Formats: sequence, structure tokens, C-alpha cells
Amino acid sequence: MTTSALRDLVIRHPGQADEEPFLEVVDLRVHFPTDDGLVKSVDGLSFALDRGRTLGIVGESGSGKSVTSLAIMGLHTRPASEQTRPGAKLSGEIYLEGEDLLAKSPEYVRSLRGKRMAMIFQDPLSAMNPYYTVGHQIIEAYRIHNPVNKKVARKHAIDLLGRVGIPEPSHRVDAYPHQFSGGMRQRAMIAMALSCDPDLLIADEPTTALDVTVQAQILDLIRDLQSEFNSAVVLITHDLGVVAELADDVLVMYAGRAMEYGSAEQLFNRPAHPYTWGLLGSMPRFDRKKSERLLAIKGTPPSLINVPPGCPFHPRCSYAARNNGRSEDVRPELAPVEPGHTVACHLTQIEREQIWEHEIAPML
Amino acid sequence: MSAPAQQPAAAAAEQHSNLIIVEGLIKHFPIRAGILRRQVGAVQAVDGVNFAVKRGETFSIVGESGCGKSTTARLLIRLLEPTGGKITLEGRDITHLKDSQLRPLRRDMQMIFQDPYSSLNPRHTVGKIVGAPFRLQGVTPPGGVKKAVQDLLAAVGLNPEHYNRYPHEFSGGQRQRIGIARTLALRPRLIVADEPVSALDVSIQAQILNLLEDLQKEFDLTYVIIAHDLSVVRHVSDRVAVMYLGKIVELADREALYRAPMHPYTVALMSAVPVPDTRRRQERERILLSGDVPSPISPPPACRFHTRCWKAQEICRTQEPPLVELLPQHHVACHFPENFPDETARASAPDGTLR
Repeated sequence: MTTSALRDLVIRHPGQADEEPFLEVVDLRVHFPTDDGLVKSVDGLSFALDRGRTLGIVGESGSGKSVTSLAIMGLHTRPASEQTRPGAKLSGEIYLEGEDLLAKSPEYVRSLRGKRMAMIFQDPLSAMNPYYTVGHQIIEAYRIHNPVNKKVARKHAIDLLGRVGIPEPSHRVDAYPHQFSGGMRQRAMIAMALSCDPDLLIADEPTTALDVTVQAQILDLIRDLQSEFNSAVVLITHDLGVVAELADDVLVMYAGRAMEYGSAEQLFNRPAHPYTWGLLGSMPRFDRKKSERLLAIKGTPPSLINVPPGCPFHPRCSYAARNNGRSEDVRPELAPVEPGHTVACHLTQIEREQIWEHEIAPML
Repeated sequence: MSAPAQQPAAAAAEQHSNLIIVEGLIKHFPIRAGILRRQVGAVQAVDGVNFAVKRGETFSIVGESGCGKSTTARLLIRLLEPTGGKITLEGRDITHLKDSQLRPLRRDMQMIFQDPYSSLNPRHTVGKIVGAPFRLQGVTPPGGVKKAVQDLLAAVGLNPEHYNRYPHEFSGGQRQRIGIARTLALRPRLIVADEPVSALDVSIQAQILNLLEDLQKEFDLTYVIIAHDLSVVRHVSDRVAVMYLGKIVELADREALYRAPMHPYTVALMSAVPVPDTRRRQERERILLSGDVPSPISPPPACRFHTRCWKAQEICRTQEPPLVELLPQHHVACHFPENFPDETARASAPDGTLR
């Protein structure tokens, strides 16, 4: 399939106009050669995202969600040539406002990082340099992209720290990361990511390491800052609750592939993929009375070296047997179930609706 | 173990229904400084905690990092020695038992750890790991250790033929099952689980929660579960204690606690939980707590929550609210509790609604 044909296949949200989306990922593949074989972390992933919207990428460990975000940021080490250095093999296209980042030089992508796109990491303690003060690290990023003197940059850092809710920012700017609590460190990292008003913000499990009251503060902060800067946000998480709080659109990943993609409203109210059902059924619910048993997904996620042929989820799927062996042989592609909602599954629309209505929804 | 004969029958029955009773439990970790290593302060990790765990129930302790929930768990099964207070297991005071006296007790109480990677010895086979309790206690199960271990592996949903494999050959969820098989080896009565599923993926977490539930029925177990995830706690518990800075602020039956939390901290905690339901995104009223949890080295005086509480008044800064039973089976330590019906409403309410 040619690239242009593939680009036409990228599913657009109805709200997304004909104009070019802000971020577009087309048939992205990220493979890591290892001694045991080729690890296919991301294997044919496509999605698009507009300014002012938040895309939640959901999946379990090893589903490829973080690898995808590192690929967008250009943070994978790429081998200089075949078989010389270990590293990631990337193919596909990543367009940021029409510019294919994968075709650009690492130096060029580096110049975009911080200014055009920025990232919030999961663990702020390891993402910050313990040797420098928090202020120093924010000032450094700001001065690389903006021709200002230290004094102006320092004032900017203090402003930012204040805006993300750190008390006494003019004192705290000179503190070291270890002097901050976990929540404050995460705020400081958000301040660092926002120092140049990035158009694209990728938040990789931004609240996983935090307590629930602090998590609520941070999610509110990301929401406020997004509406202030009208940036596009990619939110990577394993917590469907966080996705429901923050995301406009949701992409469910499994074994490096997209299983389901749609608006948050569609995904939570009319989920169409058996894996999504499994994720929803596995979650103990805070907001409802106890259902007797959780609808756990059987088995464990596959090895990314030996991804099952056909639908990667079929060994764990309770409904794979209904597809006359196609689940084992044919890889399902994302296909629309309703406007803006696509699913990669061999079940027919009628079967799917019946299973959801009669077997899954009453159990949640 | 029978209660002394002179005790009133009611108290004896009460004693009998409680497997473990904790009274005024205190654990302070000393902070030493200077050449003489003089004690300059203490981390007041657990500071005066009272509760009793009934036979056969699942009792959960929930709270944020640093609230003392894990320390409480470790005190309960005496991996730590309390600074003060009293722990009674089946009528026996175990507060200050020596190691040699504790060892026989380990048959009755076991622990499931959070991290299935660091709690299994990578150099031992699964058979050796799960069989270790038999070896350490000098117990020969009927049919031999190997058969007992294979039965245990089957009971937790692992293949008994994997007896000779090593931990690295298993996934996180399977390792957690191995740890659970080990705790079950000596048929304990009490299992203390410290964040048993927080290191696992969602789909695996559900498998382990279902397993714990099955095992409780099959082996007649009493669980004390330590967790920070309020959704998990709601799913597994019969009764829940909420801790903040070393103290229990609220203790109630699960349904009562989740339906109508009374302590402002519990209310704030629950309002912060993200719920996987987009329709409720707008409806929910969220109470955002400002700032961070204060340091347990110098906790705020009186009510420890007053620095972050939106209802705090002068009395909260001067007088510590005791943990009292405001509604039947619903204990709260607060001067101005939420969801507290006034006296008339309380009197006229049918019993069933205020269980």
C-alpha cells in the first residue's frame, strides 16, 4: 500500500476538518533487534490529533504506548547503519504540522524538542538532574530556545513554578529536586515541559507515581494549561479512570497495535473490542456497588518477539472462536463501527453489539 | 485458645469473634544525629491506632504514602516491634514477643508483599520457595513436601509441573501467585497483604483479586489488606480504616464508608478518585486539597488534618478529636463530620439504612 493511500486510511474524527491534523502518525513501526529476536514494540500504528484536543493512549505494560511517545519525540537511538549499533528500527511517518519528523535529521528534531513539543515523564526523580537546582534546569531549557539573559530566564522560571502551584516559587527555584516532595517534583517537571509553550505535550503516565489527591491536582493543572495554550496533549496511561477524566479521544493499544480508537464518550459507553471490554471488566469500580467477581482477562500479554499471528489478542479472547479461524490467521485492520469510532476485530457488528449489550454491560 | 472463665460471656464472645486486636499502637522511628548519635526526634509513623479484625473478614487500611499503613501492617505481624500499645492475637499478647517466641506464631500469620520481583529469591526454584515454610517450621505435610507444594501451586492457578522452574521464568502476575502459594503453605489464619496488586497490570490485577477472594473461602482466611487504591479497597473489603499521618481518621463498613464518608479527609480522598465514566466527568464535585501531607516528624497539633481541612476551626487546632462511634459501626475522628444526620433524623432513620 502506498503512503498516500495509507494516509487516507487514518481515521479522522468528525470534528476534525479536512485540513491537515496537527499531529499525524502513519503506519509507525518501532522494532528493536535483540539476541533473542526482533522485538516488535510498535507494529503498524496510525492516529491523528488536533490542537486543543487530548488523546489518551491506553494499554498495559509492553503494549507500545511509551515507545510510541518516544518515537514522536525522536528519543530512540537509531542505528547508524544495519548491524553496527543496537537501537530502534523505525519506519512509517510522523507528521507534525505536515513535516515528517522521521525523515528529518536528529539535530533538527532536537531543535524542536522543548519548543514545539515537550514531554512529561512518569518518574520526575529520574527525569531531573539531581546535581542542578530545579530553577537551573528550567532556565537551561528556556535559554536554548529563547535569546534572553539569565535574569529574564530566572524570572520566567519563577513565574512558571508559581503557575504550576509551587508555594514560594522565588525560594523554591533554588532548591534541588530531592528537596521537593513527589507531587512538587512532578509540578516542577511540568513547569519545565511548559517553559517554551510547546504546541504538543506528551504526558507519559504523569500521575502514576502520585497519590490520588495529588493526582487530582496534577490532572486539573494539565487541563487548565492545555486550555490556556491550546496545545495538543497525548496522555499515556494504564488507568482508564484518568483517561475518562481528561481525554477527548482514546486509543487502546495491545501488543504494539491499535485495537480501538474513538471519542472518550464512544469508548466508555459503547466499547467495541473484546480487549476494551476486558480492561473495563478488570477494573474494580469505585463508583458502583461491588459486582461479585471481576471479569478478568485470562492469560498474560504476549511476548513482543512472538506476537500471535492474526489478531494478537486471540489467545486471550473469549470470542475468538466465533470467527471461523480468521482470528488466528488474518490480522484485523481498524474498521469503522460508527462515525469517528474504529475497531480492529473480526466480530460482526451485530455479534459485537449483542455481546456488549447482553454479556458485558450488565456485568460492569 | 479460650478466654478466662471469669470474664463475662459477652466480652468472651466479642473476644472470640476478633482474631486480632490492636490497642493504642505506636511506632516511632528515632532520628539520630551528632557524634553521640543522640536521638533528636522521631518519625511518628503510627501514633495511637485502635482496631480489631474479626475472624473471616477482610479489613482494609487505606491512605496515601507516608500515612503509616505499611508500618501498621508490619507491626501487626511483628516484623517490627511497637514503641507502645498492645497487639493481641487470639487472646495472646504478642506485642513484645522475642524472635524465638514469634517463630511458631508465623504459622498463623503470613504476609503477601507488594513487589513480586524482590520478594522471591531468584536463585531458588519455585518448589524451594513455596516449600520453604515447611522446612523452616519443621513440618512434614501428609504426602510429602513436594506433593504439598504442587497442590499449593494448583490452588493458586499455576501449573504444578513448574515446580523446578525459577522466578525469572514467570510473569509479574504469576510471581505474585507464587508468593501467595508460599503464604498459604502452613494454612495461616491471618494474611496481611501490603499492596498485593499495585505492581500489576489491570487485567492481571483482576485475576489476583479474584484469586484472593476464592482462597479466602477455600482456606477460611482473614485478610488485612493495605492499599492506596480506593477502587480496589471497595471491591475487596468488608470494613475499611482510613489513615492520615499515623492515625485512623475513619473506620466503617465498606458500604457506609463509600456511600456517606464522614471525615473530611475521606470525602476529599474519594472525590479525587478518577472514575472511568465520561458521563460523570461534569457532575462530580471535586474537593481539591491544597498543599502536601505534613511531615510525620513534626505533625500538626490536635487534629492532624486541620492544616488542609476546609472546615477547620479553632477547636481543631487545640483539641484532638477522638475516634468515636458516631453512627453504629461507623467511627470518625472529627469535630465537624460530613454526612452526619442531625439528632432527629438519626432517631427516625430506619435501622437498615444506618447499618
